[in-house]
Amino acid sequence: MQRSFIARNPSVLIFLACLALFTLMVTVLSEGLGVGMISTSFVKTLGKTLCLCLIAVAMDLIWGFTGILSLGHFAFFGLGGYMIGMWLMYERTRLIVVESLSQAEIPPTSSEVVDAIGNQIFGVVGSSEFPLIWAFADSLFLQLVLVVLVPGLLALVFGWLAFRSRVTGVYLSILTQAMTLALALYLFQNDSGLRGNNGLSGLQNLPGVEVSQDVVSLWFLWASAFALGLGYLLAAWVVSGKFGSVIRGIRDNEARVRFLGYSVEAYKLMIFTLTACIAAIAGALYYPQAGIINPAEIAPIASIYLAVWVAIGGRGRLYGAVIGAAFVSLLSTWFTGGQAPDIPLGFYTIKWVDWWLVLLGLSFVAVTLFAPKGMGGLVDLWTQRRAPNRHGADLGPDDGALREQEASE
Amino acid sequence: MSTLLEVSGVSVTFDGFRAINNLSFRIGEAELRAVIGPNGAGKTTFMDIVTGKTKPDEGRVIWGEKSVNLLKMNEAKIAQAGIGRKFQKPTVFEDQTIQENLLMALKKPRGWLPVLSYRATAGDLDKVAELAREIGLLDELPRKSGELSHGQKQWLEIGMLLAQEPRLLLVDEPAAGMTPQEREHTTDLLLEAAKTRAVVVVEHDMEFVRRLNCKVTVLHEGSVLAEGSLDHVTSNQEVIDVYLGR
Repeated sequence: MQRSFIARNPSVLIFLACLALFTLMVTVLSEGLGVGMISTSFVKTLGKTLCLCLIAVAMDLIWGFTGILSLGHFAFFGLGGYMIGMWLMYERTRLIVVESLSQAEIPPTSSEVVDAIGNQIFGVVGSSEFPLIWAFADSLFLQLVLVVLVPGLLALVFGWLAFRSRVTGVYLSILTQAMTLALALYLFQNDSGLRGNNGLSGLQNLPGVEVSQDVVSLWFLWASAFALGLGYLLAAWVVSGKFGSVIRGIRDNEARVRFLGYSVEAYKLMIFTLTACIAAIAGALYYPQAGIINPAEIAPIASIYLAVWVAIGGRGRLYGAVIGAAFVSLLSTWFTGGQAPDIPLGFYTIKWVDWWLVLLGLSFVAVTLFAPKGMGGLVDLWTQRRAPNRHGADLGPDDGALREQEASE
Repeated sequence: MSTLLEVSGVSVTFDGFRAINNLSFRIGEAELRAVIGPNGAGKTTFMDIVTGKTKPDEGRVIWGEKSVNLLKMNEAKIAQAGIGRKFQKPTVFEDQTIQENLLMALKKPRGWLPVLSYRATAGDLDKVAELAREIGLLDELPRKSGELSHGQKQWLEIGMLLAQEPRLLLVDEPAAGMTPQEREHTTDLLLEAAKTRAVVVVEHDMEFVRRLNCKVTVLHEGSVLAEGSLDHVTSNQEVIDVYLGR
């Protein structure tokens, strides 16, 4: 009766195989270690896309499976990026400072070195003092711990306050938007301690690593692929068993779950915090590839994009989220990068850099109205999964409940 | 017979409307009780109060031999303490199979950590199969519960209640929308359940209540109008006036 985890979820194996194949192909075609058909900057784009796929998996877990439309997960993504960025920037600046001070006749004291680093990093915001939040910036290990700890704690506290008061549906979405907006506005201030709107930069340079970016970009691609594989596996495992039953129950009808004796709030809080941690790890891998992080990354719009990706990919199925994030973000890169050819209409020329957002908005509306299964629904043509005929009834009374077309027989 | 649940002097007001007015009610262990009353008599609100969904303005709700105050507990805690509830409209998890529905209801630790590591044992699956046989859904176990007929959903929900192994079962209009044969099966299920635990059935249908053959409590305007055998309450002039006469 009880078959193995993989046997019950064949899509996991297929996904992991595809991911491995993809990583291998990019490596072989890369400039760093392969034949050089894919430029380093495109390897970075692909690596970043894998990180976006990972946060999309987290979004699917919280929205597609638990029914909580969080519009704030990019706050955790950005915080993860800031945490790793602090170490990268500190350590790199330290190496430069030590290098330049070594020319001096008198060897510098350690406090002189720290002062010089502070001057370098905080000069742009008119300061030279290290704020308290940089206390652990000299330790890679501690900053890596903070990558998970800081966003995790924020999610825990925010979630506890929100879920305990039984805020649900649209109100919760607005609350998460407010959280991410407040965080972005705070970080925009120069005295927030994270260099205000300058953000942290130069993150692509790994301190003490001499090899070229061609190779470093591949390291990050591998790390991102590994993290995505692991995150996918974890998410698939979490939703497969009874825990999955409970959270899908919460999505469709949370009152019923409560009367079965499950503490809905505890489950929501757990999944909210877990997905925040996954998002943070994705962010910590993303920003060293992007090279720069600033508060604009945390703006509410980013989290809305995330929901759009998952909706276009098809929520409630993990591979749908990955397909959606990869497809839309790569397409977005293509359109906004000026690579898409302009369309001259005689009286007006459609420039995709300006019109891409309109196209994205229209496709989002179209998917919601006409293909609620999203792109993941294309897989159903092959697996012959069909939606039940429920005469238009959702699968539960709650806001986030699965819609008729999203369900399977 | 010892008292399992005691509700005393409970009142609740919604926007000035007194839904429950100084209601007192008690039920012993292994007792079957029917609660009848016209629309708006407060039957569903009464269940909401006992299960923690609605907090009353005043009164006490005492549970079990340790006399626990239910008003201090939330819905999940009350359910864990042993009170199961069946809603008027059948509410099962439509996107999940009958087996998943029953496994979720099975009496097991409810915290997220044990649930995360939970894997159904052979014993659990046997128990689920036994319950499914009882509610006549053994052959349907792998089907999505959303595909079931209205009556089957009602039974599945009763099956989920039994899987919880509650000491008190609150059942809201279990026979609504059922065919006569389905009603008979439902009656059997409830009578069987009441042998080992307390069962409170809220019902409109007199014929159904007669078949349950148990003590009847008549609610009217949020308080108890009469209590006793069905014949006793149906001969009560007040009851005839407010309910049966119409």
